[in-house]
Order: sequence, then C-alpha cells, then structure tokens
Amino acid sequence: MTSLIRTFNLARNNSFSRWALLISGSGARHLSVSSLLNGKNLNVDYQDDIAVVRLDKANSKMNTLSKELMEEFEEVFNEIQRNKAVKGAVLISSKPGSFVAGADIDMLKNAGGEAETTELSKNGQNLFNALEKSKKPFVAAINGVALGGGLELTLACQYRIATTDKSTNLGVPEVMLGLLPGAGGTQRLPHLVGVASALDMALTGKMIKPKKAKKMGLVHHLVEPLGPGLTDADTNTRQYLEKVAVETARGIANGTVKIPPIKHSTQDRVISYLLKFGAFEKNFFNKMIKGKVMKQTNGLFPAPLLIADVIREGVINGAEAGYKAEAEGFGKLSQTNESKSLIGLYDGQTHCKKNRFGNPAKPAKNIAVLGAGLMGAGIVQVSIDKGYNVVLKDSFSPGLARGQEQIYKGFNTASKKKKMTTFERDAIMAKLDATLSYDALRNADMVIEAVFEDIDIKHKVVKETEAVIPEHCIFASNTSALPIGDIAKASKRPEKVIGMHYFSPVDKMQLLEIITTDTTSKDTVASAVQVGLKQGKLVIVVKDGPGFYTTRLLAPTLSEVIRMLQEGVGPQKIDKLATSFGFPVGIATLLDEVGIDVAVHVSEYLGGVFGERFAGGNVQVLKDLVARGCAGRKTGKGVYMYSDAKSKNRPVNDTATQIFKSFELEPVEAVSSDSDIQLRLISRFVNEAVMSLQEGILDNPLEGDIGAVFGLGFPPHLGGPFRYVDLHGAAPLVENMRRFEAAYGAAFTPCPLLLEHAKDSSKKFHSS
Amino acid sequence: SVRCLSSTRNQSAKKSRATLGNSNARNVVLVEGVRTPFLMSGTQYKNLMPHDLQREAIKGLLKRTGIPKDKLEYVVIGTVIQEGKTSNIAREAALGAGISDKTPAHTVTQACISSNQAMTTGFNMIASGQMDTVVAGGVDFMSDVPIRFNRKMRSLMLQMNKVTNLPYFSKVKFVKHILSNLRLQLPAIAEFSTDEVMGHSADRLAAAFGISRLAQDEYATRSHTLAKKATEEGKLSDVLEYKVPEPVTSDNGIRITPMEKMAKMRAAFVKPHGTITAANSSFLSDGASAVLLMEEKKAKAMGLKPKAYLRNYTYMSQEPKDQLLLGPAYTTPTVLEKAGLTLNDIDVVEYHEAFAGQILANLAAMESDYFAQKHMNRPGKVGAPSMDKFNLWGGSLSIGHPFGATGCRLVTTCANRLKAEDGTYALLAACAAGG
Repeated sequence: MTSLIRTFNLARNNSFSRWALLISGSGARHLSVSSLLNGKNLNVDYQDDIAVVRLDKANSKMNTLSKELMEEFEEVFNEIQRNKAVKGAVLISSKPGSFVAGADIDMLKNAGGEAETTELSKNGQNLFNALEKSKKPFVAAINGVALGGGLELTLACQYRIATTDKSTNLGVPEVMLGLLPGAGGTQRLPHLVGVASALDMALTGKMIKPKKAKKMGLVHHLVEPLGPGLTDADTNTRQYLEKVAVETARGIANGTVKIPPIKHSTQDRVISYLLKFGAFEKNFFNKMIKGKVMKQTNGLFPAPLLIADVIREGVINGAEAGYKAEAEGFGKLSQTNESKSLIGLYDGQTHCKKNRFGNPAKPAKNIAVLGAGLMGAGIVQVSIDKGYNVVLKDSFSPGLARGQEQIYKGFNTASKKKKMTTFERDAIMAKLDATLSYDALRNADMVIEAVFEDIDIKHKVVKETEAVIPEHCIFASNTSALPIGDIAKASKRPEKVIGMHYFSPVDKMQLLEIITTDTTSKDTVASAVQVGLKQGKLVIVVKDGPGFYTTRLLAPTLSEVIRMLQEGVGPQKIDKLATSFGFPVGIATLLDEVGIDVAVHVSEYLGGVFGERFAGGNVQVLKDLVARGCAGRKTGKGVYMYSDAKSKNRPVNDTATQIFKSFELEPVEAVSSDSDIQLRLISRFVNEAVMSLQEGILDNPLEGDIGAVFGLGFPPHLGGPFRYVDLHGAAPLVENMRRFEAAYGAAFTPCPLLLEHAKDSSKKFHSS
Repeated sequence: SVRCLSSTRNQSAKKSRATLGNSNARNVVLVEGVRTPFLMSGTQYKNLMPHDLQREAIKGLLKRTGIPKDKLEYVVIGTVIQEGKTSNIAREAALGAGISDKTPAHTVTQACISSNQAMTTGFNMIASGQMDTVVAGGVDFMSDVPIRFNRKMRSLMLQMNKVTNLPYFSKVKFVKHILSNLRLQLPAIAEFSTDEVMGHSADRLAAAFGISRLAQDEYATRSHTLAKKATEEGKLSDVLEYKVPEPVTSDNGIRITPMEKMAKMRAAFVKPHGTITAANSSFLSDGASAVLLMEEKKAKAMGLKPKAYLRNYTYMSQEPKDQLLLGPAYTTPTVLEKAGLTLNDIDVVEYHEAFAGQILANLAAMESDYFAQKHMNRPGKVGAPSMDKFNLWGGSLSIGHPFGATGCRLVTTCANRLKAEDGTYALLAACAAGG
C-alpha cells in the first residue's frame, strides 16, 4: 500500500490542473481506514470493509503453499471471520507472473510416510472447506500461474477473477508428479466445470488459458492486462486487478454483484444426467476413462487411475466419501516410486533451466544457422520468436526455400490455432534473414552449423565461417556423434568452439545437449547455455567424448535391438515390449526414425572406439538394409513400410525380414523371456549412463536423467537411469546383468560404479 | 502516429510578433479553413455519399476566400473508411466542386490524422517550391460503410463468370456454396495488428494512468459545455451551412448530460468494471473539412489575407497495443523543441479528443517523471499544457469526430482562436492508432 499511497500523493501535489486532483480521487478514500498486517509470507491490507490478502512468500520468486504460508493464511482467515468491520476479502499475489504455483515440493518430500501425507492433505481440505463455507465472500484475483494447490485455493473462493495475461494459466498438474490434487481439487472441479472436464484437467494436468477457463466456468470474470503508465505494466496490472477484485468483493457483500450460476457444457450436462444410471456409470469410469488411461500409459502410472477413482467416489458417493478418498489417495500416491521418479524429473527440469555457468560477457543477439535442413530450420524456428536476429544460410536455393517454408509453417499453424496473431507471425518472420552468402555472418555473435555429418565438410565450414565472422563469435556444431575436439582442429579459435546437439524435431523435443572440449572457454559455455535456455530448452552440459552422452547411450541399445531381430524377435514384438515398459516410441521404430544409415555410422564409429562393450547384433544387417534402399522412415521403408503416411498400421518390411533371416542367430532361451528382453534393453542403457558419470562425461546424475528421458525417451515413470538404480536397486540390476553376461559376454559387464552401488545399498546417485 | 503542428498568427497584426520565419525559406500560410457541420451518423446526412460532404466543404472554402477555381494547383484529401466507388475521393470531390479537371488530386489515409497528413503533404509541396496553392481537407462518413461479403464468397463470385458453361448439377452445387457463405464482414473496427478495439485500448490506457470515471465524465462535460458556449457565441465561424435539402447550420452532437445521468451509464467496452462510456467518448460522425494553403507572397499578391503561418510538424509512432493513443504526449515536447519554444510560449492548445480518458491519460503521462524517463528517453516530466489554453471551444468529444476531417478542424480552430484570443503561437496534437 505504501507505494500506492505515494503514487497518489505525487499526483495530488502536482499542480498542472484540477484534472490531476480527479485522477487521484479514487485512491484517497482508503487512507483513513487502511491498516496493514505483515506476515512473513503474506500481508493484509484492510481497505474499508474489504481485506486484501497479498500472498508474498519470503525469499522466493514464486508463491508456493508451504506449511508456514498455510498457517499464516489460516490465522488471517480466522481474523477476517472474527472482524465485524470486514465484509469480504480479496486473495491476490504480489509476485509477478505467479499467483500460486502449487504446493511446496520440499514440504511434500519431507512430509514423511503415508499417514503424515494423508494428514497434510486433510489439513488443506479442512482449511479450504472452511474458506468455501465463509459467509463473507472471498474473491481470488489471479494473475500468473494458479496451479495445483494454488488453483484449489481459488476453487474454494466464492468468486474468481483472472487476467488474460500470457502468464496466466490454470491447472491441476499433480498427475505429472505422480500425485493427485489433494486439497479438494478432485471434489470441487467436477462440481464447477462438470465431470468430463474435471477428469480431463486432472488426468492430463493440462494448463487452461484464461479465456477457456471463463468458458468452462473455472473463473467468473476476466480482466485485460494493462500497459505501462504511471508505473510499469506488471505493477499496473496487479493494482488494477486488485481494484476490480475489491469492488467485486464489496459488490458481492452488499448484493449488487451476483455470482453467476454454474453452467456446464452440454457434454457435461448429458454425462451428469447419465451418471445417475449405474450401468452407464460403471461403463463410463471403468471402460471409457480408465480404459483410455490404460491405453495411453500401459498402466505404468498409478496416479491417473486413482484420480479417476477418487473423482468417481465424490460424484457417486457424495462429498464426505470423496474427500476421504482424496486424502487417502494423496497419501498413498506420495509413497510410490512413480511419484518419486516424477518429482525427481521435476527437480531435474528446474536444474536444467538454470545456467550454472553464469552470464556470458556478451550475450548473443545475432545468431546464424548454417544448413537449412530439418535440424537447421528447426533451430531457427525456436530462435526467431525469442528475440534473436537469425541468419539462415544454405548453399542451395531450393534447400533454403524448403527450410524457410518449414519455419513459416510452424508459425502459421500457431496463428491458425490462435496462439498468436498473423501480425505477430509476420513480425517474427521479419527477424529471419535467409541467404546463400557467407557475407550475412559478419555481425553474428554465434554460428550454429547443422550441415551434413562429415568431418571434412565440417572442417570446410569452420574455415569458411571463420573467414567472415567477428573475433568474439562462437562456433557451435550441431552434430550427434562427431567429436567436437576433432571439429575444433580446423579452428583458429578452439576456445570458441562448442557442441550444441539438438534433437529432432527441434520445435518439439525439449532437450539440448551442450558439449564442451578441454579448450572451450567458460564464457563460450555460458553463452551457449544462455541461448539454449532462451530457446526454451532443457540444457545439459557434458564433456566431449565419442557419442557424448545421449548418442553413447543409444548405440548399445540399438545394437541389442539388432541382436534381437537376428534372434527372430519380430520388430512389432520389440516395439510392444519397449512401449509397455514405458518408452514412448518402440525401439525398432526408433531405428527407422533415427535413420538406419545414421545408425550404421554411429555403430561403426562407437563400436570401433568402445570395442566389445558395444557389440551385439551384426552391423552388416543394417548395412544390407541401407544397400537395399531401406534407410528408415525418410526413404519410405526401413524395418517397417511407410507407403501410406496416414495409416497407423504399418506392415513390417519383407525385405528387412529376409535380411534378418539371413543373419539368423540362435536365441539363448535363458535370457529371452519378455521381461528379459526388456531388461536387456534397459540394462545396457543404464550401465552406459552410469559409466558416463564415472568417466566424467556427465557432470551430475540429475542431468543424466533429464538427458535420457527428454532426449531418448527413457521411461519417465522410472525417472531416468540414475533414479531407476536409486529406487529399484543396483543389486538386482547387476544380478540380471551377470546372467546376460554369461550368455552374451562383455556387453553386459556392469561398470565399476554400478558395482559399488550394488555392494552398498545406502549409496544413492540422488541425495533427494 | 501523431502529429503536432505549431502555427503562428499572421504578422499583419498591429504589434510586431515573432513569426519563427526564416528569410531563406518559403512561408506556408493558412488562408482559410472551413467545415460542414459535424453530425452524428445516421442523422440528416444519412442518404448522402462521403464525396458529397467533401465537395460542399471545398465549395464553401472557395466561396469564402473568393479564390478563382483555375488558380488551385493541387487537392489532397484524407479519409479513413473508404467508399469503394470513390476510392480517390479527393478527385471526385474536386471535380464536383467545379475545380478544373486539369488540377490533380490524391487521397491519403493515416487513421484519425488523415487530414493532418493531407495538410502536411500540401505544406511540403509549397515549402519545397513545387506548388503555390493547395487545397487540403478530410472527410469521413459513418452513416454508410462498405460491408463486404466474406473472402470465400467473394472468391466464389469472382468465379461466377466461368459458371455459365457448367452442367446443371454443378450449378446447383455452386448456388448451394453461395448460400452457405452469405456471412457479411463489417469494416475492421479492431486494430489489425493487435485485434483490439480502440475503445478497449483506451479503457486500459485510462486505467494504466489511474484516470477515474469521475474525472472522465467531468472532462467530457467540460468539452460539451465549452462547445455549446462557443457555438452560441458564434465563435465556430468555420462551420458552413449544408442543405440536405433542409439547411443544417450547426453540429448536432453537443449536449450537456447531467453528471448523475452520466455516472449511471454502463461501461461501453470493458464490462462491467471499465470507465469508458458512450458519454465520455467521441461518437461516430459524418463531416468534411477543407483548408486553403498558400505560399505567403502568392497569397498576398492575390489579395488574400493569411490567417496563420504553418511552421513545424512531427509524426511519431508508438507500440500499438498499450500506447495506441499516447501520441500527443510524445509529439508535444518534440515539436516544441523543433520550433525552439516551450509550452509557456504557446497561447492556444488544441488536442484531438478521442476519449476523455485518453486526453487525461496523455496529460498524466506528460506530468509523469516515470513515464518520461522510461518511455520517452527524457530526464524528467515534460509537463502538460495549462487547461486555461486547452480546447477552449470544445473538442472531438462534443463537436464530433469524422475521422478524416478532424485535423483540418483543429488547425482552423487554432488560427481562429489565435485571432480571437490575441495570441501568437498555437499547437495542436492528435492520436492516431499508434502509427
């Protein structure tokens, strides 16, 4: 309030006209009654008959519901109920871009066992139930994210106002942490937005934009954000939102503002009606909802199934049963390995969104991308909308045009989906300079090359580029396997050379693997990480070495797949076993997606470097496939046929089957059960990851988990290779590997670090 | 973008005045300015076409100055909503006014400062020695706007020529297509770049500068009161008579609404908590204006008595979402610096009043150190003009705002007020949709 008062006083003192007095008019009236209560995590400003509760968690950029904050809120809530002068209240956040981002993760981690977490949920439920029953209206004024417990807090309020700011998003993403909304969310949502919409929100954890939220009945009223005026845009918007909310709270209290009745979508109304019939109800929850969840998750995630149960409980058996089921479900889920894995990934993502190398001396503004292929154009696409000026250079006009079209298509689709206006699309495209000439690189701060994967071509490009670029310019190579040290050999400024390994399709895949050599300067790394983060990537930074981190993990896995194919395990079976284990894409399909020619290249190269450990199937199988024109999806056939792009049912390529036959191996019965096939894939993967940490390629296990899950599709419910070993134990893994080792040899020999962990079960990769 | 123009009253007044003249440059003078009465759209003018209004404005200008029609060298007209049949409305109006068919004419557009753009085009022609005598003007006519078929329908209609040879079945299909695409399109009222309606943007702007509803209603009342007084006192001498066929002699949008009644009106754009209402906004209007600009010596040689010198102008653009209507705050200090003057030197100030909230927001921005430092790259606040000099004969809120016609009205009012108030310098500014 102090800042507000100061503003108004300023306006009063200036003498330019009587209009200035009028401008200040509205602010002055609170002064007489206004008093301030300061807590550590919130403060209360009494504006006449309305209490404005401003959430402002100490030492934090975001508000999260910690134990302390909840206690302070409860105290304030009780005070508001007691104070007869207060007729209503407003709940608002003092943080820019965040209302309340959810429950405090550390609080959840330290809550203890099932009983304690159930209790935690019950406490939240009780407080929010009291809030819901309050006779004095509480208006939630939402600017920025209102997620999880944050949204549940607003759901208990009598009225919700949200800004249409881009930062405003509403949702219950607990499912992504393997949990359920445990503070009444599963019970209030079906009531407010309807059963189907509530299930959709709770099962997917999707973010709801303000306009959609209004349509759904999730919020009652929208406020457009303000621009800059007497203060900055963000402060202006929050003050304005607060003013509207105070007026609304006062209006509800004195009866001039009516709370609109709840109106569900037609679909939801039909479903609510039909749910009264037992037969439909069983079919709806068990077959339609849970069936869909099973199909999408292979039953690997307990949270969505339990969420469906808990929502059903409230809808069918009433609030009391519903709240009980919610609290118990929350306690139960908090103890699962899946939840621990997902929370671990959340921590990892937080870690990979920070730049541990600090700010670069000269942040890059002008980026040049060499090569307008899929990768190059993709890198441009994630850069031009982040404020960078980008040059896209290619040697051939048709290739350049194709790349430009790919970029345009990305933004045009976004504008068609109303994610941006056509004006914004055009303004973004104006940041692109597509050219055939090296001249345009004169002002570049960073060059990212995405040309053909051939060391001679890369060397040529380094030389041609360095002839034009300024001294300070960084040269980044987007290679998936060539050692950066080798590429840097052609450079006059090896300290400026770095690897930036993007994943295809660049605009969808979140991971960026940055590779540093011994000569790469710290400032170069800092700058590359900064660019990657701005591009919206999760960034891991690894040391140079054959295959870096991600490619190195992929190679032995693919090698094992070839062995299986030779042993007569069909590609469809391999895919099914992989997806049912939690891989988003089957490994045989992955081979086609990566490109079989690329796989040959990587296998031969890494096999040559690492020797026996990378052995498995015969590389000749792949070579024969390539020779017969089956290089994977891009050529229309690989392990599978891709003749009909639309059809989901892809037949196995007969040519491929023939080739597998001609290299047939006798399967080893003892290690060929379904679960052994899965374990053979995963154990080589995990072993290689641990070895990368042991060798110092990886800096820390957190980045190792993020790289594996977001770059290679390692099953997220296992949390990444390191979390997997931590939660499921190194000893049983080693035991299985020994069995496989007996059958196949060195490929399955556990690495020393893994053995250490197997010996001492108290050793963990992750401290929390 | 926005435009400010300072004009100096003619030196022929008794006491010697500074004219900011430069002996090497050609002096551009305003000889006369006139306008049709500005009417609320849908009233007496409703069956006319826009070029009718512009034609009568030019005819009135010629009649009042007595300048021979064959002496006019060029005509420039500004307009916003174009009537498709008269897309170069300047030429249609000029021909209709009896100006020689050897006199070229062109039409310009730049939102609410379209006729300012017409005037500065003429100014440049004269100052650079290309022309001596230019008519500038502006018109908008909101009683009739071009409503189009949607794009798909238009494309079907363009294909129609080819349809005649089709078999019967295809023709039926074609007609079905047409029937399913009959949805119509109104001219855009939202900014193309931001998809936001101007009134909505103005409401957010007023809120960003803490402008209260009461302040806006009071300002609107001031505008109507002053316009009423000026009309009654016969000060608005630029207004012509228009026969449609009954004679229209004055603006019909001026009305003083009691404050209690104003306070009860609902928000027009941001519902329900917005502060901009129909009563504190300018209304949709029909009208046209015209001015005669000449090189000073030429005018004097022809026996015409100039009303004012036109000296400096500037156009500045802002971000189209949050600063759509802040032009005057930016341009006022800039054009004053160009002229080597300060606000204290200025006797007459005329700002275009799009919304009461917009005017007050501009004044607040000019009084804000924060805004000056953060957005105008200035060390401190630039200062707002005194209300004693400000829009004393009413403004767009009360008189009306046919978009293209307002600029010439502002310039003419400045000149007439300088004379009536015995002032030396006048300054005018307007906002124009950010760019």
